Amino acid sequence: MTAHDEAKSLSGEPMWINVGPSHPAMHGTLRVLFKVDGETIADAIPEIGYLHRCFEKESEVKCYTQVIPYTDRLNYVSSLMNNVGYCIAVEKLMGLEIPVRAQWIRMLICELSRIIDHAVCIGTNAVDIGGLTNFWYLYNPREKITDWIEALCGARLTTTYTRIGGMNRDLPPNTNATLKDCMREVIQSVKDTTGLLKKNRIFMERTQHVGTISKEDAIAYGFTGPCLRACGVDTDVRKYHPYYFYKELDWDVPVGVYGDSYDRIFVRFEEMLQSARMVEQILDKMPQGPIMTDDRRAALPPKHEVYGSIEGLIQQFKIVMHGILPPKGEVYSYTEAANGELGFYLVSDGSSKPYRLKVRPPCFAIYQAYPELIKGHLIADAVAILGNLNIVAGELDR
Amino acid sequence: MQLALDKLKAQFGESLLETSTFRGDETAVVTREKIVTILRFLKETPGLQFDMMMDLGGVDYPDREERFEVVYHLYSTVTHKRIRLKIRTKEGVPVPSITTLYKAANWFEREAFDMFGIRFDGHPNLKRILLFDEFEGHPLRKDYPVNKRPRVPTPDPLIKL
Repeated sequence: MTAHDEAKSLSGEPMWINVGPSHPAMHGTLRVLFKVDGETIADAIPEIGYLHRCFEKESEVKCYTQVIPYTDRLNYVSSLMNNVGYCIAVEKLMGLEIPVRAQWIRMLICELSRIIDHAVCIGTNAVDIGGLTNFWYLYNPREKITDWIEALCGARLTTTYTRIGGMNRDLPPNTNATLKDCMREVIQSVKDTTGLLKKNRIFMERTQHVGTISKEDAIAYGFTGPCLRACGVDTDVRKYHPYYFYKELDWDVPVGVYGDSYDRIFVRFEEMLQSARMVEQILDKMPQGPIMTDDRRAALPPKHEVYGSIEGLIQQFKIVMHGILPPKGEVYSYTEAANGELGFYLVSDGSSKPYRLKVRPPCFAIYQAYPELIKGHLIADAVAILGNLNIVAGELDR
Repeated sequence: MQLALDKLKAQFGESLLETSTFRGDETAVVTREKIVTILRFLKETPGLQFDMMMDLGGVDYPDREERFEVVYHLYSTVTHKRIRLKIRTKEGVPVPSITTLYKAANWFEREAFDMFGIRFDGHPNLKRILLFDEFEGHPLRKDYPVNKRPRVPTPDPLIKL
């Protein structure tokens, strides 16, 4: 028996270490109990629910429009996307077609949100691993985009920008030039950070073959979005179930090979470039026109009709007093959010409030696999893996 | 694509209670005893291959005799099709767990248990997930008042493992 084996046989009871829910290394209010053998993780129990805000119960007593501000708080890093996802669900339930320009605007804000969401994910994940510079490189363009979002709707994070049937307001002046400038900066920042990380020895050793998940397991666990594509599964809601005008754009779906941390990060990098490519095309192709539907089941009539005709007055009164009344029925609507498929299962009983609104947050499914991903790794790796799964407690706990 | 529904009808005619299509979403209501068999059929039949469980959730209809619905949303990464299955149950009648078929179902079933009190037979670890263990009642039931404030227990320093 060597000295090493003897030391091993001395190990007694495994030790449980609690991390979180309020801990600088956990991104958000996440709590994990690690069972460690030495410094190696033998098992882990994630405890969630520390940010549970009763979103689903609250939305059952709010009218359809009043739910929109709550959706901002789901994935608060890219709230515009949640606004869009929810409104698509209600519009699908009502069978409502929104104007062409509104559809292009929604694609634009979705892709911008994807860029800033990925920038936050990669930036903070690189900090976990010890590369602070990337954080600043990625947050600079994010700051510019957030400034534009502030000009768009008056808020930087809690946007509440979409409405059922269209948009709240049109794009701010000078959007084209501002965003094209932003996209140049995004592309430059991706170039700078990939230059720092791609062949960085420390970064590679911390991420390559760390937190690997196989294709089959990822599908069984319900992975979607960049985490699934990193395993080599080519699926994207925007490609296979294209909503709005995604099929008119020229873009590719980046796919990884090994399904490890490194692939997840670089799939996100590539998606940022693809989104920047899409934003440029959207800006060129976006037509002029109305941004709100004229379907009076959802939209308020224009003011001159309200004051000038009895029909307009009645329609205004009906919507303000009774709210939007979708038909009886149920739909499941899905969009490709930054973390994966964001689904809304909406049941209506014909009244002005949702009978049931079930959110399918992408990271709820992804976070289940976390104990399996970190088994056998060190505690420091557990933090690094958590970062690139991009768990956002707001949508995890709802 | 009516394919999945047609195949289900041919294979499990008497277990299929209702089928419908609304806004392009296909729905089948099936008997709760058969749900595992039907899901296995949908998962393993070539041409259907619903290999991913996207969503699972409960709905409460207190006026019905069987008040709870468990709603499954399936997706196929091969054919890129979707289907919705539903089973019905009432208070105190457990439904079969599908964790053996889809690993993803684990937390989703825990959430349905947490929010509605639907019990899943064969689930490896059926306990509350979003709420704390001492919570009384199931908040997404329609008879749970929206403004009810739960009693907050004194925190236990260590979670029972």
